[in-house]
Amino acid sequence: MGILEVQGVNKAFGGLKALSDVNLNVEENTIHAIIGPNGAGKSTLLNCFIGKLIPDTGSVVFNGTSLLGIKPHEINQLGVSRVFQTPEIFSDLSVFENVMIPCFAKRDGAFKLNALSRVLGQRDVREKAEQMLVDVNMADKRDMIASSLSRGDKRRLEMAMCLAQDPKLLLLDEPTAGMARADTNNTIDLLHEIKSKRDITMAIIEHDMHVVFSLAQKISVLAQGTVIVEDMPENIKGHPKVQEAYLGTPAEG
Amino acid sequence: MLRLTKKDISLLVVVIVLTMLAPFLLNPFPSDSGLAQFNAGYPDLMQKFVIFGIFAIGFNILFGLTGYLSFGHAAFLGVGSYAAVWMYKLVSYNVLPAVVLAVIVAGLFSVLIGYVSLRRSGIYFSILTLAFAQMSFALAYSVLSNPSFNLTNGETGLQVYANDPQIFHGDHLPNFPHLFGLSMGSTYKMAAGAWEFQFNVAYYFCAIFMILAFYLSMRLVRSPFGLILRAVKTNQTRLNYTGLNTRPYTLAAFVISGMYAGLAGGLLAATDPLAGAERMQWTASGEVVLMTILGGVGTLIGPILGAGFIKYLENIFSKINDNVLHQWFSFMPDGIEDLMVMIIHPFVGKGWHLTLGLMFMLVVTFLPGGLVEGGQRIKTWWANRKSSDKAGKPASTPAE
Repeated sequence: MGILEVQGVNKAFGGLKALSDVNLNVEENTIHAIIGPNGAGKSTLLNCFIGKLIPDTGSVVFNGTSLLGIKPHEINQLGVSRVFQTPEIFSDLSVFENVMIPCFAKRDGAFKLNALSRVLGQRDVREKAEQMLVDVNMADKRDMIASSLSRGDKRRLEMAMCLAQDPKLLLLDEPTAGMARADTNNTIDLLHEIKSKRDITMAIIEHDMHVVFSLAQKISVLAQGTVIVEDMPENIKGHPKVQEAYLGTPAEG
Repeated sequence: MLRLTKKDISLLVVVIVLTMLAPFLLNPFPSDSGLAQFNAGYPDLMQKFVIFGIFAIGFNILFGLTGYLSFGHAAFLGVGSYAAVWMYKLVSYNVLPAVVLAVIVAGLFSVLIGYVSLRRSGIYFSILTLAFAQMSFALAYSVLSNPSFNLTNGETGLQVYANDPQIFHGDHLPNFPHLFGLSMGSTYKMAAGAWEFQFNVAYYFCAIFMILAFYLSMRLVRSPFGLILRAVKTNQTRLNYTGLNTRPYTLAAFVISGMYAGLAGGLLAATDPLAGAERMQWTASGEVVLMTILGGVGTLIGPILGAGFIKYLENIFSKINDNVLHQWFSFMPDGIEDLMVMIIHPFVGKGWHLTLGLMFMLVVTFLPGGLVEGGQRIKTWWANRKSSDKAGKPASTPAE
């Protein structure tokens, strides 16, 4: 019984079939990687998990609740958070304010008209936000405006924002894209640390095989809109179907 | 007690002192001097300062925080005025129930318009609000004014007639808006040497409302609700994926700012018991946009400054006519005097909008943060100058 169960998902954009009959099962408390060549449908699949896209057919069930037809903010309130490929943060606000907002969302739900209480007076939220910044090693950048952060820091900030909500499932879309090797390793360590500290399931899309094999406990390989293999990392590398998807068939090569 | 930071409290104190002492501060020139025409310390204008200050503070809650640019806010102001005058007609000339009704009616009206308009954002939102406001104007100007059903009294404007019910009106009460018998029109004049200071009841009544409105907007900006509204402006996508439903947040902001506009409309009717459709016209909606941008979008004090600035210039510039100009330039030789008058003529009197336009272009180009940014720049410049003086450094720029 997985925390996220995807069955028979199809999605077409006009004549282009982006996903065809995708089945996926993410086990609770694991790190599950989704890999595949460019255009395999990885991001489309992720968008189906957060309410950005609605599959044409099939089912996406999170923790016993169907995610189809409910709004993004409702999906998030169920415990699904996403780190985007290009960091989505509140650029005009300070780093600290950025992290406080998800804390409010977690505490007060999708809407609360508390227009007369003070942000300064919300001790629980402030302490939690401080803690999140410590967790991602950004406590010293607390009062900076988010738009002035480096790209790596923006990613870490977004990670802190997602973690502030104590999500059950964290979706990561290429968390190390465009990073230098040292930064990539830091991110791997950070993710390991997060995983060891809390009950969290992660689904991660990644191109960098170094990252994938350092983190993942299970890997699904997506090619041409469908899952061709789902297995343990040690069985993936030498799998003929995977080699075919990435390198083409030996006969053609 | 006020639950504000020290910095905010000092800002609030400044606003209170300025509004309470306005009859002195705005009247710096002796009544018989040539500069008396630049005085602004008379009731009519001071009332406009604070009333449009309220309007702009409310508009800033929507535009400054969430970034949703409404081009139809005058509709709520107009609705507030109509509601207040109806209260006069049916109940009594007491201003308190009139103002309360104005706020409630404007609030309900903005729920309706906001609910539909906020389904879109950006330019589409602006156009929707503009369309609604123009529809309201048309309704008020003609549709809702016919012999069988006369809600707005059309072109003439809604006013109180002798045969109106006014069930709580008594003979001992003034025939003008009043606060439990204290007429809004009464003015205490204090002569001090060459000066004459005027203290008007309606002005102080409106000023107290403006201080309250300012205080509330301060609390709102510093609240979690205000923080989330600011987040709407910078990244709505992230908010949705953070578990927050942006629609009720923007609607709440829209309704609150609509109620501020309704309050301003009610207060306009408190200073003069008349409500006309022209208050709802798109030029009036555009004016509050100019006020907010001129003063400083998203700042606390900016909208008040912008409202005061525009209303002051409107009054002063439209009073200047060719005679006044000839007086100013009388020291010049005749030909040059006429030339100067000819050059300046289009910018004053009825043409003062030309000056406003130029001023607006200059501010938006060189001071995108409005008057508040201007103030901050002067402050920084002053602080730098002081600190360099203290350190004994030469005032020249460092070598590059």
